[in-house]
Amino acid sequence: MNNQELIDKLKKIVKPYIQNEEAYDNLNEETKFIEDLKINSANLVDVILDVEDEFDIEIGDDEMEQMMDVKSSMDIITKKISK
Amino acid sequence: MKKRVVITGLGVVAPNAVGIADFQAAIMEGKSGIKYYQELKELNFSCCIGGIPTVTDEMKLRYLSPLHLRNFSSNGIMYGCMSGVDAWRDAGLAFSEGEPLWDSGCIFGTGVSSVQKMADASTLIDQGKIRRLGSNTASQTMASGVSAYLNNIIGFGNQVTTNSSACTTGTESILMGYDRIVAGHAERVLVGSSSDDGKYIWGAFDAMKVMSYKHNDNPENGSRPMSGTASGFVPGSGGGAMVIESLESALARGANIYAEIMGGKVNSGGQRGGGTMTAPNPIAIQKCISGAIENANISKDDIDVINGHLTATIKDPEEVDNWAKVLGRKGADFPYIHSLKSMVGHCIGAAGSIESVAAVLGLYHDFVFPSINSGDLHPEIEKLVHRDRIPQTVIQNANTKVVAKASFGFGDVNCCIIYKKYETPMTKF
Repeated sequence: MNNQELIDKLKKIVKPYIQNEEAYDNLNEETKFIEDLKINSANLVDVILDVEDEFDIEIGDDEMEQMMDVKSSMDIITKKISK
Repeated sequence: MKKRVVITGLGVVAPNAVGIADFQAAIMEGKSGIKYYQELKELNFSCCIGGIPTVTDEMKLRYLSPLHLRNFSSNGIMYGCMSGVDAWRDAGLAFSEGEPLWDSGCIFGTGVSSVQKMADASTLIDQGKIRRLGSNTASQTMASGVSAYLNNIIGFGNQVTTNSSACTTGTESILMGYDRIVAGHAERVLVGSSSDDGKYIWGAFDAMKVMSYKHNDNPENGSRPMSGTASGFVPGSGGGAMVIESLESALARGANIYAEIMGGKVNSGGQRGGGTMTAPNPIAIQKCISGAIENANISKDDIDVINGHLTATIKDPEEVDNWAKVLGRKGADFPYIHSLKSMVGHCIGAAGSIESVAAVLGLYHDFVFPSINSGDLHPEIEKLVHRDRIPQTVIQNANTKVVAKASFGFGDVNCCIIYKKYETPMTKF
């Protein structure tokens, strides 16, 4: 899976939770979930669960804490699926 | 003189109709919302009939966002949000777009929060999958879930809470909002209640053998308050809501006024003197009704209609007897008496609010809805009330001015409210 495909998948996953359409339309590797997309912090756990379901992986508590933006999420997902 | 409180918005999600206009048509027609559910049969329920509102996915999206509806399995909260938002809009009020609505509160009751969500969560927890609960298990299972969701949509700034007193819940929520406005703590309160539907909430009552098992073949005739062949209640579900506010606030906004709340009374029989966990102390019921009349500053003879608790159990004759004792009226002099449960079943936590919406619609549009399935009146009731006072079909142009609405609940708790047709000072004579 190339980076663009991964970003597209992530973009689809976060869609129900975002509250800033403009930041969503311009979503890129630097986009932060809470600051830019205005995702309610309580919903981050739901985003992680949806990521787990989509990629058939399991994400630990430590990794979850790092997944605050698109880039770090991509890194963790890539590492997991390549195992 | 105490502050006057009026009703300016109504909303309802009932087994026989969803929305105020359809609900009014349904109750005037005497339409039953009770159906047979094969799932209950397969699960060995004795009572396989019940009342569940017809709500499509498209309707849900008019009230809740796609995000709200993700992993959402609380029909009680949904019925509460639908009826509450409808009442708010019906009152001509807007959602907050920034600042909370400091003078507006929400007291929205429920008997139990989402039992389906609790069941889903229990399964995951027992499998050790705690994290799979996601973020919204707490908000759907907390007792105050329904008022919290309504707050999310509307944006109140006054008290937001959930009351719970079994089958009295709905009526009590209205009286609590009323008291708050009379005390000057809020200008307006969204009041009401809602209840889940289905196997997880109804199972407990089926086990107690208080539900009817004799009408699985003819569900529409199953809920039979005041009938000689009543054999237990039929479970229902849904939500009922009202916007109530001070008369000054309603007049200042130029709001439509459906009716006035004259007063009411809430009490308990202490599970003493004949009262138990499941049966009421009759003295407490009588004190509740007479206390409501006193608080409303009306006379016993002013009551035109009794919108009873009347569930279709063996307690119906006793309830009518309590009304007769307090009012000192009988036969043809007895007020009209009816039970909405004949059409929608016993909506448990939602009963008092849905039934109150029906009472207020009757006053506003000048009709007395029928108490269906009571043609074969219970002989003990017939000794107290003339048949003509228990309408079998709708009575139009009834010219009724005052309705007494009562609800009685498990735990031996009671509530009675007096609603009156709203009259401007100019038309009073």
